Formats: sequence, structure tokens, C-alpha cells
Amino acid sequence: MARTPAELVGANPGSSFEITMDGRPVTALPGQSVAAALWSAGILAWRTTRNTGRPRGAFCGIGQCYDCLATINGEPNRRACLVPARPGDAITTQEGHGHARLSV
Amino acid sequence: MPTRNTSDVIVVGAGVVGAACAYYAARAGLSVTVIDRGPVAGGTTGAGEGNLLVSDKEPGPELDLALLSTELWRELAELLPPQIEYEPKGGLVVASGEAGMRALRDFAAGQEGAGVRAEEIPADRLQDLEPHLAPGLAGGFHYRQDAQVMPALAAAHLLRAGGDRVRLRLGEEVTGLLTTADGSVRGVRTVAGEVHASYVVNAAGTWGGEVARLAGVELPVLPRRGFVLVTEPLPRVVRHKVYAADYVADVASGSAALQTSAVVEGTAAGPVLIGASRERVGFDRTLSTEVLRRLAAQATALFPFLAGVRAIRTYAGFRPYLPDHLPAIGPDPRVPGLLHACGHEGAGVGLAPATGLLIARALSEGEPPLDMSPFSPARFEAAV
Repeated sequence: MARTPAELVGANPGSSFEITMDGRPVTALPGQSVAAALWSAGILAWRTTRNTGRPRGAFCGIGQCYDCLATINGEPNRRACLVPARPGDAITTQEGHGHARLSV
Repeated sequence: MPTRNTSDVIVVGAGVVGAACAYYAARAGLSVTVIDRGPVAGGTTGAGEGNLLVSDKEPGPELDLALLSTELWRELAELLPPQIEYEPKGGLVVASGEAGMRALRDFAAGQEGAGVRAEEIPADRLQDLEPHLAPGLAGGFHYRQDAQVMPALAAAHLLRAGGDRVRLRLGEEVTGLLTTADGSVRGVRTVAGEVHASYVVNAAGTWGGEVARLAGVELPVLPRRGFVLVTEPLPRVVRHKVYAADYVADVASGSAALQTSAVVEGTAAGPVLIGASRERVGFDRTLSTEVLRRLAAQATALFPFLAGVRAIRTYAGFRPYLPDHLPAIGPDPRVPGLLHACGHEGAGVGLAPATGLLIARALSEGEPPLDMSPFSPARFEAAV
């Protein structure tokens, strides 16, 4: 029988809430990081690399590798594995450095 | 014929200056052993920004050395792989008021006589050069000869370009100087044993005073600490090396107290680097939030968009400071066979090729490309 991570550790989280990924609703639990919420929804990539545009998501999951950068509520380069999900957070796929509007 | 423990020259220090000495000596046909207690570029080279500046130097021996180096870096950039990130991007020095502008004008007029090309940029043209620059500045000067390299990779590729004549011994500390009965150099002792050569070049940077002491001579190299603040990767928003006019005064100052003046530049990899602080606090590596706060505030004053950008890390290094702000380059008259190539303060990356060339000429008894007497390693002797 499949068991969820929450069951395995006997977690009893509060009520779930909604965040969005590129406008699509994603369910998150209190205390979950943005990366964990996205993974739970089956989303594995939320950034493209600067030079070759390859997909990236969480790699180390503990804030060290900076692979999981995402644009969260309009702010680029947030580490999705460290930022706790909050109700209504709008996550958007980050293209490269995420600072395209600074280009001149 | 060099053997495993014998070569024509030993260079102590695998920073960019040691690498340039090894490269030019090898090109002159000499075999070179480079010894460093750490890795390549493990000291001040690896903590630098890779400034190749003429703009901050007043007419005099250091500027002559910088102008020669500017030409040599241009040659090296053709020869070394693109990974050294050589960018002849030019410098832009800006002034916030008319007094600052007058000071820049006088400074540039003096430099022009020495061969520096500086173009005055009126306030209304600053944004053509740097679109993100803060409004309201009084103007600036554009120095086309200023350039940049990635210092650690530049050092590594200089060593590699030396070819078979350059041998590296890393992670091996030099503990003594070996001399003959008449006091001439015959090699060094390291933690691993003896290494033999008729010439030893002290390219130990900020630790050059310690190496000199092993040879029984005094060279008063002191550490002058600097922090660099690194932003998250950005598009090419800062095109030149941009700094405020106060920087020139800070560089020339001998004060031990903290001085900060923002030097802002983009890099090929994306992050913007923000220097430059100066303080004499020995070899203390403690992070100073006060320094970082001042650097960030000054950089943001120049480029307001930086206020919305993350700084992702910082690093510190120790500039090798000599009391008259000139490096020690050339043979030490007190110890036959000992040469020095250290004490370049914050300009070591920029001055490395000319230093290497001077050392190689001295080793092969060739004609030096410029007057070496202002860099004499024994010049501090009289004052002691």
C-alpha cells in the first residue's frame, strides 16, 4: 500500500491552501517550501538556464546549489527549496537570470 | 638540463605575478619551478576583481608599468584561451559635483602627457555610456585603456602557456633559502626537501615580507584588506568599470583607517562585482558588515537599480602594501640570486605581465623595457 511522506512521519499539518505556478493552481500545506509544493504537484522544473535555456528545478533541496531559483511574487532568484509557501503566492517560471527588464 | 629538483629559476608564489614571471622566464628559455604553499591563485590573486587599470594612476613609475602591462595583456589575450575573460571594456570615472569634475580634469591632463587617453564625458552623455547610471552626476572621464580579466584563470593559463619549461609544486611551503658559502642563492628548502636553482624570485605577494625574511632581508610588505560584494547574475547592465572620483584618493592614501569607494563592474559570468574597501587590520578575515553596508550604499548611489538586486556572497583579500605604493621588482643587491616581484597592492593583476617581463629580462641579463630603479627592493633600507 502506498504511503505518503506525511503518513510516514505522522505529520498532522493544518489546512491546505492554494498557490499558483504560471497561473495554474497548486495545493500547498503549511510549512511546505515552494519547491516541495511544486514537486507534490508533479512539477519538476521552474527555471531555464542563462546560456542554453535548459530546464532546472530542485537539486540539493537544502539551499546550497542555487539550482531551484524561481521568480516568486515577481522577485527573481528566490531559492524555492528555502522559501516557505504562503497562501496566494504566485510562482512564475524564471527565464535565465530573471532580470530581463534590466536589459538595455 | 632541469631535473626533478633542479631548474634555472624558482618562483615562490603561484599568484598572477608569479605566473607571469614564470611565463616570461620560460619564454626567455629558462626552466622554472613555481612553488606555492597553497593552490594557484590561492592568495590575493583569487580575491581580486581582475582590474587592469591605468585610470587610477598618476604619472610616474607605476603608470609606466601599467601602460606597458596594458600592451602586454592585449598580446596575452590573443595567445591565452578565452576563459581568461579578457575584456577591453574601458573605465568610466564619475564625479558628483563640479569640484570633483575639476579634480578629474586636472588628473586626466597630467595622465595624458604620460600616454593615457582620457575623454571628458559631460553629464548629459553619461547615460550613453552607462544607461543605468544615477541621474544628477556632474560628469566623468572615459578611459579606453582600462580592461579586465578573470584573475584566477588568467594566472592558471599563464602558467600553462609556459609549457614544459614550467613545473608546478603546489601545497608545498618554502621554509628556507639555500645559499652557497659566499652568500649566493642556490635554491630553497621546502617542507618536502630541497629544490635547487641559481635564482629565486619572491612572488609571494602579501606574504613577500616573510619570504624576504627567510633570505635575511627586510621588505616591509603589509596587508591592506579589501572586500568584494558579488551580486546575483544579471544581464549586461554595467558596461565599463565604473567608479567614483574618490577612489583615486583612497588608492593613493596610506591611512590604516577604513576607506571605501565603490568600483562597480559587470563580469562575463553575469554577477556584478562591487569593490573597493581598504583598511589595515593585519590578516584578520572577519566579515565586516560595516564595510559591506558602505560598499552597497555607495554602489547603489552610482547605480540605483542595484537596490533591487541581491548580493549573493562576498569575499575578502589582502593587498600587498608597500609604504610608497610601488611594488618591489628586480634583483636584491643584498642577496645575489634573489629577486623580488611583490608588493603590487591592489594592482597586481594589472601589473603582472610587465613585472614578469622585467624579471625575465633581469634573469637573462637583457635590457629592461623601462627604468627599474623606482622599484628597487632595497629602497627601504635607508629608512630603517
